[in-house]
Amino acid sequence: MTLDARIPAGPIEQAWDKARFDMKLVNPANKRKHSLIVVGSGLAGASASASLGELGYNVKCFCFQDSPRRAHSIAAQGGINAAKNYPNDGESVYRLFYDTVKGGDFRAREANIYRLAEISNHIIDQCVAQGVPFAREYGGTLTNRSFGGAQVSRTFYARGQTGQQLLLGAYQALERQVHAGTVTMIPRTEMLDLIVIDGQARGIVARNLVTGKFSVHIADAVILATGGYGNVYYLSTNAKGSNATAIWRAYKRGALFANPCFTQIHPTCIPVSGEYQSKLTLMSESLRNDGRIWVPKLKGDTRPPNEIPENERDYYLERRYPSFGNLVPRDVASRNAKAVCDEGRGVGKTGLGVYLDFSEAIARLGEKTIRERYGNLFDMYQRITDEDPYKVPMRIYPAIHYTMGGLWVDYQLQSTIPGLFVLGEANFSDHGANRLGASALMQGLSDGYFIIPYTVGNYLATNKFAKVDESHAEVQSAVTAAQQKIETLLSIKGKRTVDSFHRELGKILWDYCGMARTAQGLEIAIGKIRALREEYWQNVTVPGSGDDLNQSLEKAGRVADFFELAELLCIDARDRNESCGGHFREEYQTPEGEAQRDDEHYSYVAAWGYRGPDAPPELNKEPLEFHYVHPSQRSYK
Amino acid sequence: MKLTLKIWRQKNCKDKGAFATYVVDNVDPEMSMLECLDVLNESLIERGELPVAFEHDCREGICGSCGFMINGVAHGPERATTVCQLTMRHFKDGDELVLEPWRALAFPLIKDLVVDRSAFDHIIEAGGYISVSTGNAQDGNTLLIGKETADQAMDAAACIGCGACVAACPNASAALFTGAKIAHLGTLPQGKPERDRRALSMVAQMNAEAFGNCTNIGECTGACPKEIPLEVIARMNRDYLLASCKKREDVPTTITPGFELSAKR
Repeated sequence: MTLDARIPAGPIEQAWDKARFDMKLVNPANKRKHSLIVVGSGLAGASASASLGELGYNVKCFCFQDSPRRAHSIAAQGGINAAKNYPNDGESVYRLFYDTVKGGDFRAREANIYRLAEISNHIIDQCVAQGVPFAREYGGTLTNRSFGGAQVSRTFYARGQTGQQLLLGAYQALERQVHAGTVTMIPRTEMLDLIVIDGQARGIVARNLVTGKFSVHIADAVILATGGYGNVYYLSTNAKGSNATAIWRAYKRGALFANPCFTQIHPTCIPVSGEYQSKLTLMSESLRNDGRIWVPKLKGDTRPPNEIPENERDYYLERRYPSFGNLVPRDVASRNAKAVCDEGRGVGKTGLGVYLDFSEAIARLGEKTIRERYGNLFDMYQRITDEDPYKVPMRIYPAIHYTMGGLWVDYQLQSTIPGLFVLGEANFSDHGANRLGASALMQGLSDGYFIIPYTVGNYLATNKFAKVDESHAEVQSAVTAAQQKIETLLSIKGKRTVDSFHRELGKILWDYCGMARTAQGLEIAIGKIRALREEYWQNVTVPGSGDDLNQSLEKAGRVADFFELAELLCIDARDRNESCGGHFREEYQTPEGEAQRDDEHYSYVAAWGYRGPDAPPELNKEPLEFHYVHPSQRSYK
Repeated sequence: MKLTLKIWRQKNCKDKGAFATYVVDNVDPEMSMLECLDVLNESLIERGELPVAFEHDCREGICGSCGFMINGVAHGPERATTVCQLTMRHFKDGDELVLEPWRALAFPLIKDLVVDRSAFDHIIEAGGYISVSTGNAQDGNTLLIGKETADQAMDAAACIGCGACVAACPNASAALFTGAKIAHLGTLPQGKPERDRRALSMVAQMNAEAFGNCTNIGECTGACPKEIPLEVIARMNRDYLLASCKKREDVPTTITPGFELSAKR
């Protein structure tokens, strides 16, 4: 398949303006005649639903939670980037663009990133107007702070709850449209299949999670904003319900899945404490502004941190990367934490942890200032670990956090299925092989508020839509297939719980396809995943029935999809014989142990196509061209 | 640790429901309350019994999905902590914990510890927003907002909509939840133009959802995992009173479909 990203010709600074001007418009009176489906109500889904509702389209928005306000965007802590340059420290649209291209290790599209950087400023304005209570200076202006991978202060924040406040802003805008009658909100409902008719995405099959009833929803276009697939690793910073079912079913209906092996491991999470562990808790990256990361110089040093004298501590990030220090990008920080722990210098009961120490910042700025900046994060840490980070250093360790990969989309955010648009973390578009901190919120809102309202309009104005009803053969076969899958899962009645399988799958991925990968290890992983998947379909037990609230059944369907996705993830990782960003293949590293890219052979987006249950996926390549930021070895030294 | 859990089991809202008693061995003090329920559920499934249904998602105390009563206290004994972050080290070996769902007329039960809180969405829908469509915004720094004002708005905006305030209130009032949004938006200059209309509509919807009245007991703020201050209720009452005095006939206090649903219950 030839992949046309539909990037406008001409200078990058004018690309989005030109694209918008070239788009066909839908007459205001005709907008209400078009129906749209939005799946997911996080930053991307809620902002898209609200904005499309405001334009007058007929929108149905779905979420699996009890309310759109629960979507996992709410848990983002640190902040949102924008190129405002309020601090007068050298920021510009071009610099945000440059940092993001470089931060992504030259594996993302320049044009998309430039547009993201341009739109970033409008997002801040829009959110302020909605009443998002961003942090302010005494004089009343907006405050900024620094974040990893950047040397300017461009991050806007609302205490340690920026995601919550931005999501509530979008949720409130969404509820305003519900009130206006343009958006119908359908909560506690899960998308189980995509309906494709005559090559166009025309609707979804959904299941009500309380009654178990299936329903069919037909529309002129379908917008997926269902988030990432980090939960394929079982232990991650994602919410327990976060899942890949919607994008996976779309993949199986013909949408290409791009760069699945680009997963992000966040360096600052609370370490695992036991076998029962159900998820990992993130400590915002913003803590690295004032916290210093260190481990003892000696292997197996079991002294409490406060008894280790200054000259016996190794501030390894400051030592190795003097110019960025503790603010190196996430992939670099995570890999270095793993390296010092592998050397036997890790701290805590398990030896899988490093210190994040605030004593110097507290001495310099006072406890009050630190409390103002990070109070809720310190409280959360203390609640979970029973240790007071104002007195003893935090212990942190990397954990799966974000997935840069996702469904392939063009510049218009449309997948390879016409009429299927994909927004936010669910698409692959803007972060390459590594996402910079405070860029996820930016991308979700950029896609939802400022891009999709234009591009979906263009699609509607330039296509014809035949009338489709529920009796259509394609619709009926999709419903039957979804029902059968549920019935099969309920009828296996084996011996192992869904969670026990999911935990084992996650362990395989973490061991062989986590922070360090090898071709040989990935081969082993693929074999293990297949064997475990086979056992799953023979030995899983799902209690209860399909006609009421059954949380085990919900999980069972999602884990079934994770098995298939896990295999594709490993295939992609095995196929990419280079290291870049979060994808670190041990065979490909520089003498200093940094990621060694191979631009000659791998400067492309790997977009995989589904070819049936037993056939290997088909690899399609979208070559990446860099006209503005010349690919170089990333250096944060 | 070994704990005895007495848990409310109820198939659906038509079922009668009853307590069931379970013993969980090997409770690790580092576990969260929800991880303790995970362990129980895994053993129930292996024994061929139905697991306990409970709501949860982020498990970081911010999504507001989780929540139930532990020994009669919403979210359990720890101050400012949701059940997903409540570690078992706060209990002793041999303790008996009684787990019950939020009990309020406006929160009909769905199953076991899961209730329907869509009444909260209806209250926001009635006016819990600033009417600014995408694309209408001016530069973020055009409007100066003092740090104290921004902080005060943020204190109220921290609400996670979990419903503990309603469950803790003897009247099952939603005044803290509704007041938090009215205070958040009304404190900021952006929220001023709609302040009257917002207070009238949201309070009308709150009353229509079968929540009880506020009688200033203060259990809500004590149970609130985000420690939303009681003064947001005073703020709501003040805005409502002022708006009522100024009220013109054409100010809508419309009631959304939730009203009919609640009235039927």
